[in-house]
Amino acid sequence: MTMREKIEQAAERYPDQRSAIMPALLIAQSEHGHLPGPVLEEVADILGVERIWVYELATFYTLFHTEPVGMFHLQLCDNVSCMLRRSEDLLKHLEEVLAIRKGVTTGDGLFTLSTVECLGACEMAPVMQVGDDYHGNLDIERIDALLARLRAMVPDAAAAARAAAEPSGN
Amino acid sequence: MFERVLLKNVDVPDGHLLSTYEAGGGYRALAKALTEYTPDEIIDLVKRSNLRGRGGAGFPTGMKWSFVPKRADKPKYLCCNADEGEPGTFKDRIVMERDPHQLIEGIAISAYAIGAAVAYVYIRGEYVLAIRRLEQAIAEAKAKGYLGARILGSDFNFIVHVHCGAGAYICGEETAMLDSLEGKRAQPRLKPPFPAVAGLYASPTVINNVETLVCVPHIVARGADWFRSIGPEKSPGPKLYCVSGQVRKPGLYELPMGIPLRELVEDHAGGPPPGRKIKAVIPGGVSAPVIPERGLDVGMDFDTLAAAGTMLGSAGVIVVDDATCMVRVATRIIEFFHHESCGKCTPCREGLNWVVKVLRRIEAGEGAAGDMEQLDMLCKGIFGNTFCALGDGAAMGLRASLAHFREEFVAHIEERRCPFH
Repeated sequence: MTMREKIEQAAERYPDQRSAIMPALLIAQSEHGHLPGPVLEEVADILGVERIWVYELATFYTLFHTEPVGMFHLQLCDNVSCMLRRSEDLLKHLEEVLAIRKGVTTGDGLFTLSTVECLGACEMAPVMQVGDDYHGNLDIERIDALLARLRAMVPDAAAAARAAAEPSGN
Repeated sequence: MFERVLLKNVDVPDGHLLSTYEAGGGYRALAKALTEYTPDEIIDLVKRSNLRGRGGAGFPTGMKWSFVPKRADKPKYLCCNADEGEPGTFKDRIVMERDPHQLIEGIAISAYAIGAAVAYVYIRGEYVLAIRRLEQAIAEAKAKGYLGARILGSDFNFIVHVHCGAGAYICGEETAMLDSLEGKRAQPRLKPPFPAVAGLYASPTVINNVETLVCVPHIVARGADWFRSIGPEKSPGPKLYCVSGQVRKPGLYELPMGIPLRELVEDHAGGPPPGRKIKAVIPGGVSAPVIPERGLDVGMDFDTLAAAGTMLGSAGVIVVDDATCMVRVATRIIEFFHHESCGKCTPCREGLNWVVKVLRRIEAGEGAAGDMEQLDMLCKGIFGNTFCALGDGAAMGLRASLAHFREEFVAHIEERRCPFH
């Protein structure tokens, strides 16, 4: 099914096309990875709604990304329940091993590191969402194992990342 | 021993499948409702059960339903609030992931009662597994005739749609959720008109939390007297408590409404980690004012907690031990509210920004003389002066932290450092 068909099917659930903007943006983001201006305009055109309405939503809700994110978006929860179970140590560790600060994407485009408000999984704090999946009861060893599994999913990129991390001139 | 009803299926293998739900008696309450009760009788039954909304405010559910006009020239809607953004809260996610048919049955009976032909489940977009399970369950229920046209041979036609949110805590506020469902930025609406009269698409609309709706099939199946026999008279029924933070057994517990907070934290959740003592507990998600350890002998129900100066809220119980800095906890909570303020009204948008700056300064050991008075003044300026309860929740929580743990804030200012580091 094309993006247009998916959006049109989602829009059938509502008596007003404007209600379909959020579902349409979620569909468009899953297709394109993020939501640049031309994609927002395409969504507006498919639904036949004002473009500004689409821009309004894409910039208000935190799950929409108007800028590119890495292949794996690491979203570490640092709200109270996770904070009480040392999520800040995990953030420091992630910043060290990925050699980036939060809010930044690694040079190889593999990882974007973010902190997010409560993921609603406080019973397994500290928690991190990667793509569709939650990873709970995290500690440094589990974080390292998770990163290794993610890297193994893209072997070429992992090799490129290792090469890029080597000091120049060696 | 207390019988688990709402969580009966959550640990059952394949508890999310229709076959499992039916094997445990699922959808019999829907059949009973459609064959033995008129819509008004269902409303009356829920009124007699004294079910109070489990989303936080505790408004009587049957009464809310009765506000929907009997005759309306517009379609009526039911909206299930599954946004669950309150930090410390995860009950609705577990129910939707592991027993979605219980929710669908509750929604169908509730829609029958108020005369709605369409319901939307507004679910936070992060809950990918819950969304998938719920959509799968809707398809199963539709194929089996529990949803769709002429349900179980009755005249009742009804369908449920899943609508995914996109990461805004304010959508938990019911009128902001309606704006979001209509495809707008989520900002709370002026009330009146209340949603029961003019809600989604300006039509009569009832908005209920997931936990509220899953109580309904059990009330139909077992009766109002059964429901009222559990817990305190004014807030009866089984209750889902989320326990997290510095306890040995964080998790979701189904226990009677009104259970003592100390029993919940120390007996059921195992108490603090080895070698540590409880310093404080937040009883109802971060909007609920914190209780110091000496106040834990309090019943977990709407009225008792309100009398104790806090609230049941979402029953998201967060436990804090004695090695933790309360200034850090308070700062993190206010940072959350500041981040999630929708920006509609000035006291919330600007006030919380100011509070965050003062708290961060104090936490960093850079507090100044007069900061405590300034925080008191800011709480006063925010509380009661905001468009919705977000600002109130922030101010109430901070006030409680300042009242119960003032010496920790003062120590940060006087020692010019965090005493816990």
